[in-house]
Amino acid sequence: MTAQLTAPAPAPDTERFARGAALLRARELGIGVAIVLVFVATTISNHAFANAHSIQQLLTGAALIALLGVGETMVIVTRNVDLSVGSVVGLSAYIVGDVFKHHSGFPVLLGYVLGIVIGAVIGSINGLITVVTRVPSLVVTLAMLYIVRGVDGVIVNGKTIDPAAIPKSFTEVGYRTFLGVPWLAIIVAVVVAVVGYAMRSFRASRDLYAIGSNPEAASLAGIPAGRRVFTAFLISGALAGFAGSLFLALHAQIDVTGGNGYELTVVSAVVVGGVAIFGGSGTVLGAALGALLLNTINQALVAAKISSFWNEAIAGGLLLAAIAFDRWLGLRVARSLQSAQGAHRDA
Amino acid sequence: MTPDITTKPSETVSYRGADDGGQPLWRKLVRWETALVFVLIAVLIFGSAKESGFLDGTNFFYISLNMGEIAIMALPLTLIVMTGEIDLSVASMLGLSGTVMGSLFHDGWSVWAAMAAALLVGAAGGALNGLLVAKMGLPSIAVTIGTLTLFRGLAEIVLAPRTITGFPISLTKIGVVPVQGTKIAWSALIFLVLAIIFGVVLHATALGRSIVAIGLQPEAARFSGVRVDRIKFGLYVVSGVFCALAGILFTLKNSSVSYDAGTGLELNVVAIVLLGGVSIFGGRGTVIGVVLAVVIVGCLQQALTQMGVQPEVQNIVTGSLLLVSVLVPNSGELVRRIRARRRRGPVPAA
Repeated sequence: MTAQLTAPAPAPDTERFARGAALLRARELGIGVAIVLVFVATTISNHAFANAHSIQQLLTGAALIALLGVGETMVIVTRNVDLSVGSVVGLSAYIVGDVFKHHSGFPVLLGYVLGIVIGAVIGSINGLITVVTRVPSLVVTLAMLYIVRGVDGVIVNGKTIDPAAIPKSFTEVGYRTFLGVPWLAIIVAVVVAVVGYAMRSFRASRDLYAIGSNPEAASLAGIPAGRRVFTAFLISGALAGFAGSLFLALHAQIDVTGGNGYELTVVSAVVVGGVAIFGGSGTVLGAALGALLLNTINQALVAAKISSFWNEAIAGGLLLAAIAFDRWLGLRVARSLQSAQGAHRDA
Repeated sequence: MTPDITTKPSETVSYRGADDGGQPLWRKLVRWETALVFVLIAVLIFGSAKESGFLDGTNFFYISLNMGEIAIMALPLTLIVMTGEIDLSVASMLGLSGTVMGSLFHDGWSVWAAMAAALLVGAAGGALNGLLVAKMGLPSIAVTIGTLTLFRGLAEIVLAPRTITGFPISLTKIGVVPVQGTKIAWSALIFLVLAIIFGVVLHATALGRSIVAIGLQPEAARFSGVRVDRIKFGLYVVSGVFCALAGILFTLKNSSVSYDAGTGLELNVVAIVLLGGVSIFGGRGTVIGVVLAVVIVGCLQQALTQMGVQPEVQNIVTGSLLLVSVLVPNSGELVRRIRARRRRGPVPAA
């Protein structure tokens, strides 16, 4: 009896999940196809585009935004946003550089750890304020963007850290390659893989999606929403701090402008990558691919000898198209689910 | 049973902002705007203590000159935030309209025709935002981050890498001399006139009440016959036009324009609106609060600049102000929640 009663129930559910998963996969596939299309089209117009060096540049150029996109995805999935990442990149990059400058024997690995710690501290402040006071994270992280940039200004005080001050073994990460793949891209790929796996398979990270799709239901279901959202901010901050260290390694110099404006690029990449801005859905892989797509288009414009002045307009247009497309997709899925439910009830 | 009853009020608290009678007496007496007045007085005392000439006319002119455009953009944004939406594209629209004006002027248009074209561009850009947000129902934060990039990109296509100068001196003098017989900059005077109009519209007309209604309960507003979509669309167009106006004034003030004019100002504008006591959730806020916020930020910036504080450090002050301005109104609720939790015990009743 019991079996008979419960048997039909899981059917539509699993079907729905399968459909949802297929959709997500399709989204990432779609971005992948778009990247390939842009790449092929550019190569046809300019054969030099397909050489190893330019592909390395594509990966390196997208790496930092992709890394930030991973943390941003974790936050946005919970129906929050972290606008402070750009400032965190600048601050951690400068502090790490400054430490290298004044302590010539400072261990290289600790340089990265320091960046991560700085980011984690700021991320935890973001998380704490957002969770405890329930002030919208948009406002909290906007304020933090200002404050961190201000603190950065005080510390930098008009100076610049130049390449001579930074140990060679630290900047190696920025230009060395392994089997032709830039280290930077490998590091980011590992982070994407680890976080991506965690976001799919761990209970705590599934909670993030639950919180984002329906905060009320999530807390009624006993999910410790506050703790989860705090962790998301903490990780986003830590990754931004790490990105700061990598920024320093990549550019080998840093002044007060480092990382300025990254926050909006990251949000663009994440949304283009299929992460819903109101939470509940999206993957870190999608976000990383979104970053790669934006950078591929930028580089393609350069290769196609179209003035780089077009970059921003195209990025903005692409973002709008992505949001509109998501909306259209969402409506279609909702409709098909409704009709499927109707059919189920009829049967 | 009892826990259920006690949790109910705290659930409805999120809709507060309506003049519900349930709020404590001190809240009714101490309005946000009153607090802002005290903050303003404190800033003025602070400024005068640090600089002897802080309250003189020249200073007043510089403050009004610095804040004029930002203040003008803050007015329509106030109404948009009141409806629960946001517009982050304001500074990009300032840049784009200035760019269009400069480029057309450079091509031999009369300066007045170029200004008209800039205003049209503002209306068109606002209409695009409105279409995507109001008609298509897309999230305004994502849409306006998109148009922030798009508008700035269009400005870049139109003008980069040129810088246009040579506007008629009869107009660019608004950047050096105040309105005749006063100590106030033209942009600030325009702002004050607009602020009165916006204040009357928001607080004394059916349209204004509709805007509040939309912010408090969009669904209820719709069912009460408020044309939610049309009002939101209209507000975005208004925002576009006034940002274009700010762009024109900004261009004339500097007597030059390049595509990156006003980059990043959107954050200042949002900060001012929130500092002015407008709730980011919509439905609550006053124009007078925003005006006070403009004056406070302007005076504070001027005082800090005169003290030789770097602009980067001033960011800390702006950020902290923004944070405080949302924390303080929320603190009452926070205390209530902690008390409620203590009463209930550490584990929330299932």
